[in-house]
Amino acid sequence: MAILKSLSRAKIFWPIVALAVLMCFNLFFTPNFFRVEIKEGHLYGNVIDIIKNASPIMLLAVGLTLVIATKGIDISVGSIVAISAGVVAMLIGGDLQGVPKYPIPYAMGAAVLVSVLAGMWNGMLVSRIGMQPIIATLILSVAGRGIAMVTTNAMIVWLYAKPFALLGQGYFLGLPFSIYIVAALVLLTALVTRRTALGLFIEAVGINPTAARFAGINAKNILFGVYAFSGLCAGISGLVVCSTVMSADGNNAGLGYELSAILAVVLGGTSLNGGKFYLLGSLVGALIVQTLTTTIYAFGVPPEIAKVVIAMVVLVVSLLQSFKFRAMVAGFFGKREFSV
Amino acid sequence: MRKWKMALAILVVAALVFTMVGCAKPAGKNWVVGFSQIGSESEWRTADTISVQNAFNEDPSFTLIYSDAQQKQENQIKAVRSFIARKVNVILFTALVETGYGPVLQEAKQAGIPVVMIDRDVQEADRGLRLTIMGSDFVKEGEKAAAWLGDYLKKIGKDDGKKAINIVELQGTTGSAPAIDRKTGFANGMKDHPNWKITRSQTGNFTTAEGKAVMEAFLKADKKIDVLYAHNDGMALGAIQAIKEAGLKPGKDIIVIGVDGVKGAFQAIVAGEQNVTVECSPLLGPQAVQAIRDLRDGKKLPGRIWTIESIFDASNAAAALPTRQY
Repeated sequence: MAILKSLSRAKIFWPIVALAVLMCFNLFFTPNFFRVEIKEGHLYGNVIDIIKNASPIMLLAVGLTLVIATKGIDISVGSIVAISAGVVAMLIGGDLQGVPKYPIPYAMGAAVLVSVLAGMWNGMLVSRIGMQPIIATLILSVAGRGIAMVTTNAMIVWLYAKPFALLGQGYFLGLPFSIYIVAALVLLTALVTRRTALGLFIEAVGINPTAARFAGINAKNILFGVYAFSGLCAGISGLVVCSTVMSADGNNAGLGYELSAILAVVLGGTSLNGGKFYLLGSLVGALIVQTLTTTIYAFGVPPEIAKVVIAMVVLVVSLLQSFKFRAMVAGFFGKREFSV
Repeated sequence: MRKWKMALAILVVAALVFTMVGCAKPAGKNWVVGFSQIGSESEWRTADTISVQNAFNEDPSFTLIYSDAQQKQENQIKAVRSFIARKVNVILFTALVETGYGPVLQEAKQAGIPVVMIDRDVQEADRGLRLTIMGSDFVKEGEKAAAWLGDYLKKIGKDDGKKAINIVELQGTTGSAPAIDRKTGFANGMKDHPNWKITRSQTGNFTTAEGKAVMEAFLKADKKIDVLYAHNDGMALGAIQAIKEAGLKPGKDIIVIGVDGVKGAFQAIVAGEQNVTVECSPLLGPQAVQAIRDLRDGKKLPGRIWTIESIFDASNAAAALPTRQY
């Protein structure tokens, strides 16, 4: 009991419980959900799909976690995904024989560079002009889709350059390649924020920017940095999205991803009020979001009610996370003593 | 500063003069056509816009005034009002939503300007106010897909009329007209085949990414899928990638049917990975020009003009591929 109590105090506990509950539902009600086979030399199954398809959201969530920790928000990441996908697709080109117009690494580098610039634009508006984050990033959220459309001439660009498919469709040691990209990004981010004081600085800015400034933290540069980093994450996510379907669709690539990613961060335990952030929690949050989607497909929920089902599950998971709600439930059952 | 103001004034006056010249209705057989498009939300729409613009620009007896509503109804109403004020001869109009256009259509009618709808219609009650509608028959597209499947299964000897044929369906955006009608049309076609069964049906929102994700889940849930029917080619192309990743051969192990006729689908058919695409052509321009010419010559237009569309499979896709524009 004592172990459970201390466990449930950990921020990551409740997101994992939510994920476990979803998985349990599938264990009992969705036949063959957990079956994993080996096909074409790699693992194949719903669970692998969840990891693979959650990667773009996970990448976005890493950047957004830091942004949200500063009490900010970035709703432009979905559009940056579309821009990044558009740039990389146009630079590789739609040659049917798969001959890239420019070398693939250059194309990828250019796409990520453009995305970082987009993030820096957000960062400038927020940190230097002092614009509200939601408005500042709304500008790019709207304009970004236009930029993506101009980049791709409002057409879907199909790619046939085989090596580029590795990013979103390839496998390494039996697992989807994209998950290694996520792992690398998270490891680097965790290292930089937790092994140095940077993480503390970010949290300080989120809790009280004025106090942080008086404590000698350059709040403006921290803010600028996290938005630029969010742009970088969105750019990498765009590459994976483009590679997964080997096409760039200015209208639909990354559409609504910003909401999924924000949901992932919040489900993972990082508060929209800023302050403490939980990178691993955000990853679990992204897995919850994707498991939900895959469950709906595998279980066969009719599309007319799928959105309602998603909303209900999100509500329950959010309530699970709420200390007040848990205390209320505990009080209802007459158990006064309840773990935080 | 003064000089700048002067220059600006001259520019404004020049612009006004030019606009007025543009406004003046050309004499005799020259017609001015106003076209209110809803925006450019998909490449289908872009191809549609370009087709109409090119077709009217090719004929010097027509002047096309194009207005992009950028997905806003108020912009569209403004555009139609400005067409009426400029006394155009005919208005081409794609309705963003079905409702709310009654008053402005009434104004056009009072001004004696005929309105021809393109692709998307207004609500039933307002249909008396417009002259005709040109566009695709989505129900027919679904029926064509089912009819093609019947012939194909017979040809390869897979359907003996008894053995179950398991079909999975990737629907378009839930509630959209093409999704509802393509589903209905295919279901109509299935009535003659009691052994055909739709085992799974889910929305892929008309996008490649979601089409792929849904198909991945379908493939894991059902071991036996004979046919995939996707409401558009984008989703079919995504599903093809999922089928390949599952170690199956799209086009052979699973018959792949798409709708739209986009270039990517033609390439997939030539590669043997997709079996068929039912065309839903956005290239309404030439037909629109013909209809307006008929109208100018005093001919009566039918109440509904169907787009000329065909169906492409391995027998004719390769020949048509070089001429595909979208």
